[in-house]
Order: sequence, then C-alpha cells, then structure tokens
Amino acid sequence: MSPASPQPPTWNEILRVLTFQGGYNTNAVLAGAAMLGLAAGVVGVFALLRRRSLVADAIGHATLPGIVLAFLTAVAMGMSGRSLPVLLLGAALASALSVACIFAIIRYTRLREDAAIGIVLGVFFGVGVVLLSYVQHPGNTGGASPAGLHHFIYGQTAAMRAGDAFVMAALALIAVGVTAALFKEFVLVTFNSEHARVLGLPFTLLDGTMLALVVLVTVAGLQAVGLILVIALLIIPPVAARLWTDRLPVLVVCAGGLGACSGYAGAAASALLPRTPAGSVIVLSAGSVFFVSLLAAPRHGVVATVLRRITLRLRIAGEHLLEAAYEHSVSRRGVSTLSSRSLRAMERLWGWPVWMGPIVVHGLRRKGHLRRTGDGYEITGPGVVRGARIARNHRLWEQYLRTHADAAPGHVDWSADMVEHVLSPALVAELEAELLAAERQPGRSPEGSPA
Amino acid sequence: MTTSVVHTSRRPSSLAERPEHSADSPLSIHAMTVAYQRKPVLWDVDYDAPPRALVAIVGPNGAGKSTLIKAALGLVPRATGLVEFWGVPFKHVRERVAYVPQRESVDWTFPVSALDVVCMGRYRRIGWFRPVGQAHKRAAMACLDRVGLADLAHRQISQLSGGQQQRVFLARALAQEADLYIMDEPFAGVDAATERTIVQLLKDLRDAGKSAIVVHHDLQTVTQYFDHALLLNMRVVAAGPVEQVFTPDNLQKTYGGRLTLLSEAAEAVARAGINVR
Repeated sequence: MSPASPQPPTWNEILRVLTFQGGYNTNAVLAGAAMLGLAAGVVGVFALLRRRSLVADAIGHATLPGIVLAFLTAVAMGMSGRSLPVLLLGAALASALSVACIFAIIRYTRLREDAAIGIVLGVFFGVGVVLLSYVQHPGNTGGASPAGLHHFIYGQTAAMRAGDAFVMAALALIAVGVTAALFKEFVLVTFNSEHARVLGLPFTLLDGTMLALVVLVTVAGLQAVGLILVIALLIIPPVAARLWTDRLPVLVVCAGGLGACSGYAGAAASALLPRTPAGSVIVLSAGSVFFVSLLAAPRHGVVATVLRRITLRLRIAGEHLLEAAYEHSVSRRGVSTLSSRSLRAMERLWGWPVWMGPIVVHGLRRKGHLRRTGDGYEITGPGVVRGARIARNHRLWEQYLRTHADAAPGHVDWSADMVEHVLSPALVAELEAELLAAERQPGRSPEGSPA
Repeated sequence: MTTSVVHTSRRPSSLAERPEHSADSPLSIHAMTVAYQRKPVLWDVDYDAPPRALVAIVGPNGAGKSTLIKAALGLVPRATGLVEFWGVPFKHVRERVAYVPQRESVDWTFPVSALDVVCMGRYRRIGWFRPVGQAHKRAAMACLDRVGLADLAHRQISQLSGGQQQRVFLARALAQEADLYIMDEPFAGVDAATERTIVQLLKDLRDAGKSAIVVHHDLQTVTQYFDHALLLNMRVVAAGPVEQVFTPDNLQKTYGGRLTLLSEAAEAVARAGINVR
C-alpha cells in the first residue's frame, strides 16, 4: 500500500479509529477483527483443553499450499486469482488434509503425536513456500498477479476491504454459534471421551467438529492475523483466562473477550500505522495480557504461588520452632528460656537459610508466643498452649501415617492442617487411643475444637 | 484347565445354543477375543453375568480386566465375539448401563465443578443443544448427596481428594439411573471412608434390583463385598458365586506363581504383627 508517513498518528486520529469513526472500511475491519478474536478465544478453549494446540499450529501452516494451489487453479480456469472465498476454500481443504495426515501417521506408524505434527507442519509449509516462489514468476501464471498472497503469511488488515472483513466476521460467527449450540457435548467429549462414547454420543463427529472449528477460525483469520500467528490467537487468550478462573463458562467468556479486545487493538494499530502487520500486534496485545495474568492472577499466578510457598514455609518453620521450644520447656520442667546460641544451633540443624530465623522469631513474637529475655527468648503462656497443640497434632499425624497410611488422603498439608479438620472424629479418637497405648501422651492434651 | 471351572465354557455355534438366561443376564459375552496389535489380550471369553448381583472381576495385572469391560462397551474393538446386554445389543439399551472409568483416565485439572461432572450423567436425558436445566441439576445434587459430597458440589474437581474424585464418578453413574453399573477399579487408591461409601452404595443398588460388575484388585475383600466373581487371566479361569469359585486352586490358576509370592508376603507381614489395614 502507500508508504507509511514517518510521523506517528496524532491522539485525535487514534481516538477517531478506536471509536469507530475512521471510515466505513476501517470500521468493518475493526469489527471483523474483534469478531475473529472472540471466535478464536472460544474455539481455542476447547483446543487447549483437548491438548490440540500444536495440531492447530499445523493447521495454520498447512493453509499456505492450499492458498497458492487455489490461486493457480482459479487462474487456470480463467477466473480471477484474487477471489477471497476461493483462496480460503483452498486453505481449508489443505489444512483438513494436514489433520488427516497427522492422525493417519499416529494411527498407522509408531511415531508419536509431536513427531507427526512436526513432519506434517514442515512438509506442508515447505510445499507452500515452493509454490509461492513458483507463482512469483509472471510466466508461470499466465500474467495473473499473485500480489497479496504473501499477506496471508503475516496478516495485513490494512489491505482488507469491507467485504473481506464481512467474510471473516461471518466465519467467526459460525464458529461461535456452533460452539454455543454444542457446548455441553464439547465439554463432555473433551473431559472424558470414553464416558461420552458409552453414553452414545457420536464421539468422532463431535471431535471432528471441534477440529473443523479450529480450521474455520484459522481460515477466517488468515488475512488479518496470518497463518503463522493464528495459533497464538487461538491459544494465548484461553491460557491467560485459565489463570483467572476454574469455571469453564467463565473461561470461555473471558477467553472470547480477551481475543476480541486483542483483535480490535491489532486492527486499530494496523489502521493507524499501515505498515504494521496486524497479526503481530493482535498477538502481542493478547501476549501482554497473558504476561500480566501469569504474574498477577490470584490463585494460579506466579506472584500468588511464590507468596503461598513462602508463607507455608514460614508457618511450618514457626510451628517447628514453637514445638521445639515447648518440648524444651517440658523437658527442663518449667525452664522456658531458649538461649540465642541454642536457637542458632537448631536453625543450623533444620537447615534454615540465614534470613529465615529472624523472620520466624519475629512472627512468633508478634503472635505473643515468644518473648525476648536477657539471653534469648522465652515461651509465653499462650505459646505453651499452642506448642502443645502442635506437638499433639504432629504425634497424631505420625500415628495416622503409621497405621492408616495406605488410605492417606493425598491433599493433606501435614504441618498446617489439624487432624480434626481432615479426619473424622471417630478416627481422631481412635488415633488418640492408639497413641495413648503406644507411648505416654506428650504433655497435657487440650481437648475441644481449635480457636 | 477346566476341572474346577464352575462356569462351563462353550462356544455357541448358533443362536439356539445360547444359554437360557441370556435375556435376563445384564451382560452376556460369547466367544470374545480382543487383541492389541498382534498380541491377544483376551482369548475366547464366555461369560454370563447373573442378574441382580454384585460381580467382581479379579485377576493379575495385565489379565485383561479393564479390556474386558471396555470391549464389552465397545470402547475397544473386538476381534471377534458377541456381546449382549439383557439379550440385546448395547446400542438399544445404552440408558440402562452406566460406566465408571478408572479415575486416572481423565484430567482432574479440567475446569469443571463436582456438580458439573455429575450432570454429565444426565446428558442423554437432557438431549442435544439444550443446557442443563434446574431439574437435572437437582437430580445430580441428590446423587452427590448419596455419596456424601453435597457440601463440595461447587468445588473444582482438582481440589478434591482421590477418594472424593472417585465418589464424584460414582455419583455421575448414579445420575444415569441405570440398571447395570460397570466400574473399573473404583476402590483403587481411595480412603477408608470412600471404600465404605462405595460398598454401601453397591449393596443398596443390588437391593434395589440393579447389577454391578466391578474390576477389583483387592483379593482380601472380594468375598466380603461381592456375590459373584469372574476370575480372569486372558481367559476365564472360573466364574460363579464367590464361595464356589474363590478356592485356592482357582486363585492359583489365575495368578500362577504371583499369588504365592503375594500370600507369602502377607503371611510374613501378619507374623511380624504389623497391622496392614
């Protein structure tokens, strides 16, 4: 298209494009790209959960030979080689063929899925590149110009007309509609395919439909995002949304919304900076949301996970220290001080890093379980009560592991969970009795539920 | 191989030769052979499950226990063989059969709640294109309640313990309101409370006139939990009421040398005074 002006767009221009005042063509492309992003997010959720991310990548790359062959066929039949529906049909056929090849390789050879995908993706894309260089020679196409075919590789919304955008939006709408209609069935097939088959659902048809929707979105997105990056639009929004929610309907809505916003932002950037490939901007905006989610998501985010781990470690360390201080005071019959030297010795014994001791001691002092004395620390009254409870809890867990380990629930956080919260009262009573029989009860054992 | 086999193994050459109770039997398997690649996993299996009974399928690892039920349900292709449920092909009686797969067969990080999973048992009743309605959600909730998980209905399934996950699968099967329950290792790796719940549930089902066929790995509890047993090791070694088929001789045939090792280990442990269970 026209060479880009060196100066950046003004705020006024940006605002105009973003608020759908940039002219009919721009508006159509913006809306179409948003619709495409929505469809990619929704369809991508199922591709992700069904572990088809890489199959989707192969589908994207396999469109290239289909596009070029469709162009050559159209030219040979005397039609215009630039007819979008013809090119997209070629792309869809080629990608469907690539999927068939992948499954045939997995089924009839000893190759695994990753190798099969690698082979098919590489070969199809390679054929596409060869064909593309073939059509660049005007003599090979009878004078028809292949200009614009290369836009399908990286995506170029600036080259799109309103009609192209409508085709894109219509295909995306079909994908969203089919997913909405078959949502319940898609969930079952994705979660537990054997159960779906025993129930009598047409498993192959449903599974094939999910793949066909990936093809549909890929083909729809070829012009805007390009065949290399369309995979990112399918996968990044669902992955980012997955970090925020454990509920599938919410996940689908969030992924669709994020995809729509990314598509809109990318198309807008491409309208303002005509030389910017829209696909990369679309993918980068989705990617930045993913990056923020990865760090900041409340439960699955990195920050939350690290914080949780540190908190747990400090709590375990604090309980160990309090338990040791309590047992120290019991064995010394009321001498409840813990000298700084013996504290340091214990820290070394437990392999604590140097920074941990002061933090743990500070935490226990703030809770009023330890008190500073001349030479070191002293366990307080509440500290003794808490220490006794921890000691009893640990003994009960040990007894439980000894006698019931074959049926141990896998999710128990041994240090932090009180036995009463996890095991039934009857079992706790049984453990108490066993413990009493096995050894003398450690100290006094406070009864009743924890505060 | 046939001296102490209670169930006489014969291959019917025509429909007329089928066993009399075939139409009453919830699951009849005739001359079924299953092979993965070129290696047969099940060889010429003949079996008629008794109606209104709890049946354990017992055998060593690799005996084809899971394959037997998967092939019967059409999840694994059969090389040969006829399988009927109440005397008719499976496709005509799907709603009467509930399947509980092995717990490890699904991804438990999947973003659905316990209630969502149980609702999947109602999909045939709900029908195509429709969302799960309130009535079906209530029915699913009642099934969760029966397995003691009503409080955890809205919890994401990865936050459930192994035993609770197994109970969710059981509740899903209950939600199908089937007449035959086929379960693959429901007792594997579950806690004592879950084991008790499952056993009670099985007995309740039988008392309500239903049948259950359960792949079971714990020889110690077979006689306690089940009425009938099918001893399997690629072929049917013995089948019938537990008190008749659960003999040392049959077990020896099913497990070969492996059982001897197992029982010796168990005895040694018992002698040492360690409480195993």
